[in-house]
Amino acid sequence: MDLNYTREEQAFRTEVRQWLKETLPHELREKVRLGKRLAKADMELWHSLLNARGWLAPNWPRAYGGCEWNAVQRHIFEEEACLAHAPRSLPFGLSMLAPVLLAFGTEDQRQRFLPRILNGRDWWCQGYSEPGAGSDLAAVKTRAVRDGGHYVVNGQKTWTTLGQHANWIFCLVRTDPGAKKQEGISFLLIDMDTPGVTVRPIVLIDGEPEVNEVFFDNVRVPAENLVGEENKGWTYAKYLLTHERTNIAGVGFSTALLTTLKHVAGRVKSGGRPLAENPHFAARMAQAEIDLMAMATTNLRVVSAAAKGQAPGAESSMLKVKGTVIRQELTSLLRRAMGPDALPFQPDFLDGGSNAAALGPDHAAAAAPSYFNMRKLSIFGGSNEVQRTIITKAILGL
Amino acid sequence: MDFNLTEERMMLRDTLRRFLADKYAHENRRALIAAGEPFDTGIYAGLAGLGVLGAMFREDQGGFGGEGFDLMVVFEELGRAGVIEPVLPAVLAGGLIAAIGNGRQRGLADEIIAGTHLAALAQGEAGSRYDLNHVETTAAAKGDAIVLNGIKTHVLYGAEAQTLVVSAREAGAVADAAGISLFLVPVNTPGVTVSGHRNMDAIPSATVALDGVRLAETARLGAAGGGLEALEAAVARGLAALCAEALGAMEAAKDLTISYLKERKQFGLPIGKFQALQHRMADMLIEVEQARSAVINLAGNLDQPRELREIHASAAKNLIGRAGALVAEECIQMHGGIGMTDEYALSHFARRLTMIDHLFGDTDYHLERFIALKAG
Repeated sequence: MDLNYTREEQAFRTEVRQWLKETLPHELREKVRLGKRLAKADMELWHSLLNARGWLAPNWPRAYGGCEWNAVQRHIFEEEACLAHAPRSLPFGLSMLAPVLLAFGTEDQRQRFLPRILNGRDWWCQGYSEPGAGSDLAAVKTRAVRDGGHYVVNGQKTWTTLGQHANWIFCLVRTDPGAKKQEGISFLLIDMDTPGVTVRPIVLIDGEPEVNEVFFDNVRVPAENLVGEENKGWTYAKYLLTHERTNIAGVGFSTALLTTLKHVAGRVKSGGRPLAENPHFAARMAQAEIDLMAMATTNLRVVSAAAKGQAPGAESSMLKVKGTVIRQELTSLLRRAMGPDALPFQPDFLDGGSNAAALGPDHAAAAAPSYFNMRKLSIFGGSNEVQRTIITKAILGL
Repeated sequence: MDFNLTEERMMLRDTLRRFLADKYAHENRRALIAAGEPFDTGIYAGLAGLGVLGAMFREDQGGFGGEGFDLMVVFEELGRAGVIEPVLPAVLAGGLIAAIGNGRQRGLADEIIAGTHLAALAQGEAGSRYDLNHVETTAAAKGDAIVLNGIKTHVLYGAEAQTLVVSAREAGAVADAAGISLFLVPVNTPGVTVSGHRNMDAIPSATVALDGVRLAETARLGAAGGGLEALEAAVARGLAALCAEALGAMEAAKDLTISYLKERKQFGLPIGKFQALQHRMADMLIEVEQARSAVINLAGNLDQPRELREIHASAAKNLIGRAGALVAEECIQMHGGIGMTDEYALSHFARRLTMIDHLFGDTDYHLERFIALKAG
């Protein structure tokens, strides 16, 4: 047992911290720090900065322009990026599609798509959920029918995160309606500029259109865009769930959030004293901190096992459940810490540049919206209830 | 970063686990308690022979371990088997003697490591609750003697010990940090009255009355008036041991419950098929992993400077208290009636888990302490 990082890992942390300090533009940092909404250009800028340093694809092989970082290195990078208030890099192309192409795609597909993820030509989104297929993802109904050299796609995807910015979507589509529901699904790549694709934004509880509905009306997709074998798509989708999910606990996000919370609770006054000295609030804050301290170690235990080549199984699900519960509690505390200053809804400030004025102190404008937004954590990526079922099945084997 | 045990610790763990699996079956343990024995001296000698006591002490103290992870490995196994033999006093009283004793006093530590001498820590009092600094027992100089007066409560293994390590006040007000001294008091010293009892979790305990107990200056352990610092450090080690023991008890309770969910059938199905139970089980498994992380954090920071050490001690005891209550209550609930019987092992783990929260500060006490430490 040794709770310390190796000298190499510490040097890596220093290098990352230094790079973030020198490279992350102030304006972008402030947007993230204050919980403002990032524009498409902000996210593209962040990707291009990472790409210029060669750090955009931590888990890809070097041969394809990745860093081949192990799980501990990725963890260090994610932690530093969160603490520096860097934006999160978009996972759709980098860590959702790419691992599938690397494991199951053809070399042609890798050469065609991977460079365009790195250089920002393509913005991918995920076409998994449907109105009738949420937690029961294998119930997808979107049909793809082979017609010569094409598939003809009809149906609807939903909850498509940032799909309004995307030009490509990877989809689970049903290619064999007669088979058992997991066995008739294929993994198809669709150019969103193809005639018949319609994107309709969905405004969420925080006022932001973060997700979309995507409709397919007789969309003709070249057969070469099929990944792997027809009707094996479910295997590929599941592969993603057990691989490359090191940041699922969100420890870096929660650590940054706790820092903000303490800062706010130390300044906001309640009854003439800092809120941090209110025993009830202090107790909730301390309990979240204690849980996070343990969570950080739970995460590192899984991460360091993963770095040694042990694929996490039910551990990923445990990290997801507990990590999201802690993060949601912290966003709830931050909202409460703002008191009446959490009331005003200020979309202009949230959408605007860093100079736009806001009512209330720092962090007030985003406190309620981000609390509401973070309700998604326990719903997406397999709801926490689905994760609990996975955990118990792995242990009980029933 | 490495979360694997060293080979030596793995060997110690495996040897201890085999020994306890062989000698410490639940039926034997239950029979021992039913017979009114405080603990099994043969088992205790066996534990000493395996090096369990030596693992609690550093090499320069006559042991071969003494680090947080040594405590963790040993106490997790003790907790898993529900061991009631007095290893904890070796950490608390023995640890204090080894840490601050003079040359002659440290000879006692050798006997403790050999399992031939039992020393118990007598620090609690009727009014102290969990505060180590609340000491009403007095130590007054009278000629060349020191005279102790007061009553010490909840002295674990006090009636079985040959020596007590007593905290007493030589100066200052009742709750002052300064002015507290520690003394080695042989239980057969005139004026010492020990009344033993058994705790809810079958651990033997005692109330110790000190009525004009005359001690020589040589009985003093450590510096006059500076006992609190050493006491706090020893209790931090005791907390690490207790948290690890609780972790072991949680693992055992969890394993029993997993088996039961597979075996027990109702409505024609193993009850583990019901989602109402599956999700509760999942939440419990998560909290047990969190508990393990909290123990690792404390064990790994036990030799850090005071503030960091105590932050982790309070964080761990708070989290272990919450997780322990959850595991005890949920395991009973998932078992149903059988979980409440004395005959079945689960009720013993549940009692130990719950009572551990009452030792050296409970969940609320350590949450408040964590806040104060962080603010300071």
